[in-house]
Amino acid sequence: MSIRASYEKELRSVTDNLVLMCRYIETAIEKSIGVLVERDASLADDVYEVDKLIDKMDRDIEQSCLRILMMENPVASDFREITAALKMITDLERIGDQAWDIADIATQFGDDEYIKKLEHIPQMGVIVIQMVKDGVQAYINRDLELARSLDKTDDKVDSMFSIVMDELIALIKENPDNVEQGVMLMMINKYLERIGDHAVNIGDWVEYAITGRHPKKIEK
Amino acid sequence: MDSKFNITVRNCDLYYSEFQALKDVNMDIDEHEVTAFIGPSGCGKSTFIKTLNRMNDLIEDCRITGEIIIGEQDIYEKGTDVTMLRKNVGMVFQKPNPFPMTIYDNIAFAPRTFGIKKKAELDEVVERSLRQAGLWDEVRDRLRKNAMGLSGGQQQRLCIARALAAEPKILLMDEPTSALDPISTGKIEELMIELKKEYTIIIVTHNMQQATRISDKTAFFLLGEVIEYATTQELFSNPKDKRTESYITGRFG
Repeated sequence: MSIRASYEKELRSVTDNLVLMCRYIETAIEKSIGVLVERDASLADDVYEVDKLIDKMDRDIEQSCLRILMMENPVASDFREITAALKMITDLERIGDQAWDIADIATQFGDDEYIKKLEHIPQMGVIVIQMVKDGVQAYINRDLELARSLDKTDDKVDSMFSIVMDELIALIKENPDNVEQGVMLMMINKYLERIGDHAVNIGDWVEYAITGRHPKKIEK
Repeated sequence: MDSKFNITVRNCDLYYSEFQALKDVNMDIDEHEVTAFIGPSGCGKSTFIKTLNRMNDLIEDCRITGEIIIGEQDIYEKGTDVTMLRKNVGMVFQKPNPFPMTIYDNIAFAPRTFGIKKKAELDEVVERSLRQAGLWDEVRDRLRKNAMGLSGGQQQRLCIARALAAEPKILLMDEPTSALDPISTGKIEELMIELKKEYTIIIVTHNMQQATRISDKTAFFLLGEVIEYATTQELFSNPKDKRTESYITGRFG
């Protein structure tokens, strides 16, 4: 139904913006973990700025998709590509918000020494960044295998989340003074775990765009 | 009448002289559904729709093999009452083609042919048909005026009313809105959705948005073959055949 050349041009602008949005998110997560690990509060300001750009990208891509849906009446794989992009940006935008939240919490530790060595949390940061990149890359390259791999990678994030949680519970039990930091670290832990889940959602939408079906999963 | 009027097509081939226009068409069309035929010009969709009430009989050198069964009856079997078939399977064409007579006489044409003579009875058929076609309120005061004076959209609804007056079970529509403006098109599309409660509707359309709006199932024709036949939602969101995908996304055709 669409006029091919103009449709492909519009779609390209969506994918270009998705790549850009993905880079912003990468920066946001990286710097939000940086606030925590390097104890550099100035990085939090960068995260706030990048988050604004992420929100703008979300709106721009949404408008492009809506314009394409209205003007080009895409069908079949064209239609699935656009609906998938529309859904993916919601997850991407939420990831941006969660990076913002991590940065915000990370500034609240002040100069206090951490109650535990930051081991798994930075590792989780690295993994979820890669997951987001893989999700967007899978969309752009129509890479079903890469999209499906996100679920497995997320299992690693989930197991790290559990390890950190157990450690924090033990530390709080051991010394009630650890509660404040323990809760804050737990929140960061949870945000990272949620980012992993959003990346899995992105992979699911990529699968829908390619196959027309959502992956079959056992309800959790 | 309680008879079934579902359509079953098996191994249908159609030739115009040496040229094969339909190749092994197989299809089951359910009652009370709108089925759309799409495909590029010359793909056989109009040829196929015409086989369903034997309009191709009128074309010299047209040969057809296979089975087309409506209800229980193979309509190409020897001894088929073609007039009765066409009464049951009405047709509306691309270009509105009212007869050059009054609105009333246009609608009364089929019932008169089938033997209704009493004015009261004819009046009732005319009003009912025009109401079903959504035209009654616009023409009730000028039933004795010539139908050629109606607008294009009204003429097309008149043709639908005229087809309905024969009390068909199946309504074939060959690009019924391609010559109409969007308002008239909208009225006819709404009409089709309304009419499917009582009739089985088959429509040939080049307007794919129209197919997505009104049809329950869609068949994609290409070079005389049915490439894909599925629910409209499935065909337009997740076509199984690459050729369907290419056609509906505008990559060829």
